[in-house]
Amino acid sequence: MKLSKKIVFLMVMALVVALAAACGAQPADEQSGDQSGDENTAVESVKIGLNYELSGAVATYGGNTVKGIEMAAKEINESGGVLGGAKIELIKYDNKSDAAEATNVQTKLITVDGVVASIGPATSTNTLAAIPVSMDNQVPLLTPSGTADMVTVDEATGKAKEYAFRLCFYDSFQGSVGANFIFNSLQLKKAAVYVDTNSDYSKAIGEVFKKTFTELGGEIVAEENYVNTDQDFKPTLTRIKSANPEVIYLPGYYNNVGLIVKQAREMGITVPFVGADGYDSPDLVKLGGAENLNNVFFTNHYSSQDTDPNVQKFVEAFKAANGDEPDAFAALGYDAMYLMADAINRAGKADPEAIKDALAATQDFAGVTGTLSMDENHNPVKAVVILELKDGVQTFRDKILP
Amino acid sequence: MEILIQQLINGIALGSIYALIALGYTMVYGIIQLINFAHGDIYMVGAFVAFFLISIFHLPFFAALIIAMLACSLLGVIIERVAYKPLRNQNRLTALITAIGVSFFLEYTMMYFVKPDPRAFPASFKLHNITIGNVVISSKDILILIISFTLMLILTYIVNRTKTGKSMRAVSFDKDAAQLMGIDVNKTISATFAIGSSLAAAAGVLVGMYYGQIDPLMGIMPGLKAFIAAVIGGIGIIPGAAFGGLILGVTEALVSGAGYSMLRDAVAFVVLILILIIKPTGILGKNIREKV
Repeated sequence: MKLSKKIVFLMVMALVVALAAACGAQPADEQSGDQSGDENTAVESVKIGLNYELSGAVATYGGNTVKGIEMAAKEINESGGVLGGAKIELIKYDNKSDAAEATNVQTKLITVDGVVASIGPATSTNTLAAIPVSMDNQVPLLTPSGTADMVTVDEATGKAKEYAFRLCFYDSFQGSVGANFIFNSLQLKKAAVYVDTNSDYSKAIGEVFKKTFTELGGEIVAEENYVNTDQDFKPTLTRIKSANPEVIYLPGYYNNVGLIVKQAREMGITVPFVGADGYDSPDLVKLGGAENLNNVFFTNHYSSQDTDPNVQKFVEAFKAANGDEPDAFAALGYDAMYLMADAINRAGKADPEAIKDALAATQDFAGVTGTLSMDENHNPVKAVVILELKDGVQTFRDKILP
Repeated sequence: MEILIQQLINGIALGSIYALIALGYTMVYGIIQLINFAHGDIYMVGAFVAFFLISIFHLPFFAALIIAMLACSLLGVIIERVAYKPLRNQNRLTALITAIGVSFFLEYTMMYFVKPDPRAFPASFKLHNITIGNVVISSKDILILIISFTLMLILTYIVNRTKTGKSMRAVSFDKDAAQLMGIDVNKTISATFAIGSSLAAAAGVLVGMYYGQIDPLMGIMPGLKAFIAAVIGGIGIIPGAAFGGLILGVTEALVSGAGYSMLRDAVAFVVLILILIIKPTGILGKNIREKV
């Protein structure tokens, strides 16, 4: 099955490359013609591509982010659009929570639909799969929630990827905030680390956590791995239990976290679980069971219980439009759309190159997930929120400023 | 020591699931020499049937288990009639490839209807833990053992004591001779598929209850593992499948428990390769030359 998928993928890629080569020259000519001719003719719409996980393993991340994006786009369009009257036109495709599919979708968005910028995907792995396409075609990509360090920074050269931006804090930061929180706030010194080896996200956060926690003076008593297709975690949890940790650091996605916490609680493991923004999904409670989700903490981008008036205004509007509380993904999507619109306005034209420069120059952009400025690595500098689960309900615990 | 006992309990719970699926594999192989790769997907369908019965119609767990088993035995019979029966006199490879086709058909049809997202299997029991020292045995572990061993006993009874069982043994021994003795071969093969599929469905429902999460591709890995279990015990031999399932489950738990959870699946397949090299007929298999 894997093999046939790969072959199909290669064939599709070959076809796309051929198509792009065939019609690549023309649009470029047209574009330069447009610019030199009538610069001031108002553009009617600005096409923004959405590459999202609308089905598959992490479908709630994609679905909720898109709700936030669409709500923001609607608000922007109703209040006059961008560039003095142009409407934002969202073009949305499902990448099925699959990295190869994320590459396909990105190629389609840029070469077929001709978007000037794109938002998404939601997870780091899928974002990393989409970025090469954006880099080759020189169209900026903004991920609201791809937290892996290497999303925006090229590991080989250590330099920022020119066309890749993100709106969330990055993993190193989440890992070190998690370590500090456990050591200083929960005052626990013996931690077990349990990481998904199939996910760049989980591995990266786990690494930084281990480093920071040992530097603080804590001790890592067990290091274990799982892969995201596992269902039976009991043998490994038994092993973790026998190491007697005071806390288990589990940076993972909700679908695994739900099962792991549930199986751990059933085995009588009562120590706290601490994790990262991958916990933020309504499905976590369904999969893990409310009675098991106590004494669980995670770092996140925002809390709907934050008393900041900007946040409350957004929460109200989102509830009115969608009926449920916005999670962090919805809030990040909402901010991403506003940041993109802001960048387009500052660029002064719907041109990928100019939008890229404007995104890189972002200073003190005020969103619901906090006020942010882009650093030289295209990472925002912003606050982290720590949430606690009590019977599966998220409660605001702490806010840590950068 | 306590950890070892705990890991054995984990392994036996997992192993009895493998055993249930492996029984279906081995029965079908025993009777028509077909490795029914769609078997793991029947297990998945069983889990989804029970999921909908419990979450939409609010049936109690045991009712859902029995209806899911009945529904899947019907599905098994239909699959046999539609996909395998027309190929019964073709060479075995044709049937094997068809089985893989049926497997994909079931997986992706289900994916179309129920979406690929994992779903939470409704918890039907209040959980009780029995703690002895540091060893925790949950009521789920016990339930899984009781249900799977009961089903295995029923199966043994059917195969050894009933007329259907007798004709199944006869057909697997010599199809043509059985037909000459007045045994309805088609009916017997259908019965085999029905029984095997209902066991797979039971395993699916138990897994849903045990781990609490199901998705349309959940049958792939357990299906392959159960196949390994059937080969370990000796494919075509019913007690061998149960035995192989338990061995495989315990092996996996011990490998993970020793800290090599990343190698767990690799070890399972290495066991398969070793068995095929050392004793291709399986642990309980007899070295008889294949009849031509």
